[in-house]
Formats: sequence, structure tokens, C-alpha cells
Amino acid sequence: MPTFSFDGAPVPFTGGQSVGAALIAAGVTSVRRTRRQGRPRGLFCGIGVCFDCLLRIDGAPNQRACLVAAGPGLVVQTQDGTGQDDLGR
Amino acid sequence: MTWDADVCVVGAGPAGLAAAVHAAEGGASVTLLDSGAALGGQYWRHPVSADGALDRDLHHDVEVFAGLSRRAAALTDRGSLTYLPGQHVWTLSAGQDGCLIRALVPGPPAAETVVKARLTILATGAMDRPLPFPGWDLPGVMTVGGLQSLLKGHGVLAGQRVLLAGTGPLLLSAAAGVVARGGTVTGVLESARQRAWARHLPALARVPEKLAEGARYAAVLARRGVTVRSGVMVTAAHGQDRVRSVSTARISRDGHAEPGRERLYEADVLAVGWGFIPRLELHTAVGCELSADAHGDVAVTVDDDQFTSNPVVLAAGEPTGIGGASLAVTEGQIAGIAAAHRLGHGAGPPAGLKDRRARLRAFAAALASVYTDPGGWGERLTDDTIICRCEEVSYAEVRQALELGAGDVRTVKLLSRAGMGWCQGRICGYAVACLAGGRAADPAAALRMPLAAPLPLGLLANADLNAGTGPGDGS
Repeated sequence: MPTFSFDGAPVPFTGGQSVGAALIAAGVTSVRRTRRQGRPRGLFCGIGVCFDCLLRIDGAPNQRACLVAAGPGLVVQTQDGTGQDDLGR
Repeated sequence: MTWDADVCVVGAGPAGLAAAVHAAEGGASVTLLDSGAALGGQYWRHPVSADGALDRDLHHDVEVFAGLSRRAAALTDRGSLTYLPGQHVWTLSAGQDGCLIRALVPGPPAAETVVKARLTILATGAMDRPLPFPGWDLPGVMTVGGLQSLLKGHGVLAGQRVLLAGTGPLLLSAAAGVVARGGTVTGVLESARQRAWARHLPALARVPEKLAEGARYAAVLARRGVTVRSGVMVTAAHGQDRVRSVSTARISRDGHAEPGRERLYEADVLAVGWGFIPRLELHTAVGCELSADAHGDVAVTVDDDQFTSNPVVLAAGEPTGIGGASLAVTEGQIAGIAAAHRLGHGAGPPAGLKDRRARLRAFAAALASVYTDPGGWGERLTDDTIICRCEEVSYAEVRQALELGAGDVRTVKLLSRAGMGWCQGRICGYAVACLAGGRAADPAAALRMPLAAPLPLGLLANADLNAGTGPGDGS
């Protein structure tokens, strides 16, 4: 089965699955920490409306896990806050 | 890329797919735009990699979808239908001679699709209506639609112990789906009280197939030992990094929790949804007239041929009033035939279709008055309950805005940032409008937003927005 990495660990997926669906199948429920309270968040609406499942994919922040198709070798990371702390440095 | 068409259909769910097929079969050239990766919308969502056939244990009206898909494929081969998946339509403009539809194709790199069409049929569907409660931001709490999308679209069971709460027939079909794929349903909690159905028996009797469907789900669940409780509401979700348990209470007719009737459920997934909110962003963008029903729920107004108040824009499916997939298909058929007819192709929609629509609408109205927001949830919010999930605005902060005099969703937004985040109030807008109390005066306030989808600034900067009055103006 092909895999992508999530915070360094391999996550298997099947054809047609989204990054978010593959993460849930692998037991990952939280994909980001909120920017004010640092609270965990996961998939909520599952159809691209709520923007709760934002994470970092191949370095780009604010990607919706429920919409982006899983692909072999993708580097997926938990998003902290806005995911754009590097802009302030 | 730019496309020219007689008719542009936005949305490839039950309504949009039916509309596109019927407009094209009627003789119009049709472009069908959809944000998903495959035909079918949320209702007939299925894995992209599959052969297009739907799993019979998760879907119904499978033959209807198969038939429409086959006809769409034949029309595509013939060159009269262009189907473009992965298109997030972010704006629509409509002038005397036609419409200009702009869609974002997310990247990287992001691209844009522009369609110039003489008529547009909006079939944008609906989303679950969530209600806030303490702990609803915990991972593992999701909408029923989210649970369904994972199961139907990705073959993934969201958790092993699933509790469903909310209102409406979707709860039963989602629970049956979880059970069919080997999950455990720890409970189905319907907020409507059983007796609420009594005064709607005439409308029910006109659609016996729907009664049979409900009975089938109930039987499947009963065989698996799943209990469906009526008149019960979630009061809080508990857990640290994810939901572990859920508190519920029996509620009175106006939604108040009855003391001594509380209960605690174990669950690693709590799926919630209290009916649906129509996706009206594009309808409001072109000024289509909206109206509210007795519950304050908003829909776009359409005439007998599914035309909105904008003479070049038609609407079909949930945005004309929440009514389910059968009604959506029927409205889509009427809209497609009417659009082709308006452009000089074929006769207008047959009376038989309109009769069927009337029957299904009567049924939908009965459903809507039974399966509605039960109320009372506002009194169970705590100071630190998150209301706006994007901006993490708490109930205390929303209340502060109300105490400062905010009396509508827009003023609450300006004072507290509720609704100002990524989702633009799509998730919290209904709840904030209820809390602010301004829904009666302006039921559509929470629905108005300038862009129907977020898009990169670069794309907005490059878009020639003045070219939006119609085809042939050289954009």
C-alpha cells in the first residue's frame, strides 16, 4: 500500500482517499492546534466547508485534509496556529 | 480556461446531474461544474477510483444515479455535455444576455475556469446544520455528513464506537451505514419527539416509498440492537484530546433539558446534525429573491419552471427548500427541460413532473416541521463554550457583544469576530443569528458573503471583474 508521512510516521492510503480520511483510518484524529488556545482540532464537516482540518502539506500551510487527495511521498504535518509563524521571523 | 455554453450547471449532485442531463438531452450545450472529484455530490458520494458503481449497502436510489451517469457519459461522448470536476465556483455574475461563472481549481498552482453561459442552473446543495454545545470542538465530534462522506467517499469508518445525535432521517441511514461496515453504534438520539408526526399523516400517505425506506432502516438497526431514542439532545461532549463520552438529556417540547433524565454515553465519534442549511452563496451573489419558512429557514424563491427572480438563473434541489434527493432530482429534471425550452429547444416541463414535485414538496414540508432545531440549546452553553470555531470566539465573548447592543449577526461579528474566520460564518452563522435574535428581521443575514469560496489574492488581482455582465464582452 502506498504511504505518505504524517509528522514523520508513514500513513498508508488507498486510491481516491483524502489525506484526512487516511489519517482517520490510521487513528489520527487531531490534525492541528488552534492559534489562540492551542486546542486540538480534527475533521468536522468533512466536505471542505468548515476549514477545521487545516494542516501543512509539502510545506504549504492551511490545506484542507478532507479535500486534498492522498499521494505517495506527501510530507504532511500537524499545523500549529496559523501555520505561518515563519512569516514573523 | 474559458468555456462557452448555452447552460452552465453548478453542482453535480442529484439536482445538478439531473438538470445537466435533461438540458443537454433537450438540445442545449451544457457545462457542468462541480467541486467534487466524481459525479454524485454529497448524496451519491463514492470513491473516485471505483468504476462509478455505488455500494448498495451505503446508498439508495442507486439505479437513478446509474441511469443519469450513463446518460451523462453518452452526452459527453456526443459533445453536448462538458463535465469539469474539482471546480470551486467562487463567483457568478448575471446580466441581460447571460452569465459569467468563475471557478478556482485549487493548486498548487491554482488555476481558474471561466464559463460564459446564456443560462445558469444553480444546484449547490446543502450542508449539515450544526448547533454548538460544550465540547463540540473536540476531535471526534463531526457532522453526520462528515461521517457519511468518510464512509461513502473514502471507505473509512470514522471510529469504532459511534454515537449519532441530531434530527432527521439521515441519522438512521448514517447509523445503518456504520453498522453495515462493522462499526458499533452506541446510540441514535433524535431530538424530535415521536408524537410530532401525528398531524402530518396526509402528507406521508402520498409518498409511501419514503415510509418503507424509514421502516427498513429501523429494522436494520433494531436487528443490531441499536436503540433510537426520540426527544433526546446532546448536552456536552467530554474528553481531553478527543471525545470520549457524551452527556445527553431528555428534552421538553421547547428544548429544555428535563432534570433527572440525563445520561452518559461512551463514544469515540459523535456525529451531529440538526437538519440542513442550503448553500445559497451564489444565489445571493446575483440577487436572487429569498424567502423564509415558518421556522425562519431560508430558501431561494423559484417559479413553476425553477427560474429564480434573476431571469437568467434557475435553481434546483436543496437551495429551493430542503427536500431530499428525490425532490432534488425532480427539480433538476424540470430545470434542465425548462432551460433548454427557454433557449428554443423542445417543449416545456411536462405536467407529470410538476405533480411529482408537488407531492414531494408536501412531504418535505412535513419533514421540515418535525425535524427542526429543537431550541433550548442556548441555555446549555457555558462561558467557555466555543461558538465560532475558526476564530475561537467563546459564548462569553458573544454574550458580551450582545450586551453591548449587537442585535444581528453582522454586529456580533464586528464586535466579537464570530464568523470572521476561514469558513466565513458558514458553521456558526445560524447559531449566532439565533443568539442575536435578529433572524426574524433578516433571516438571510448569515448567508451573505462576497466570495463563495476562499481564493488566492493573486487570482483575485488578475481577475477582470468588470467583464462580468455577459458573454461576448471580451474578458
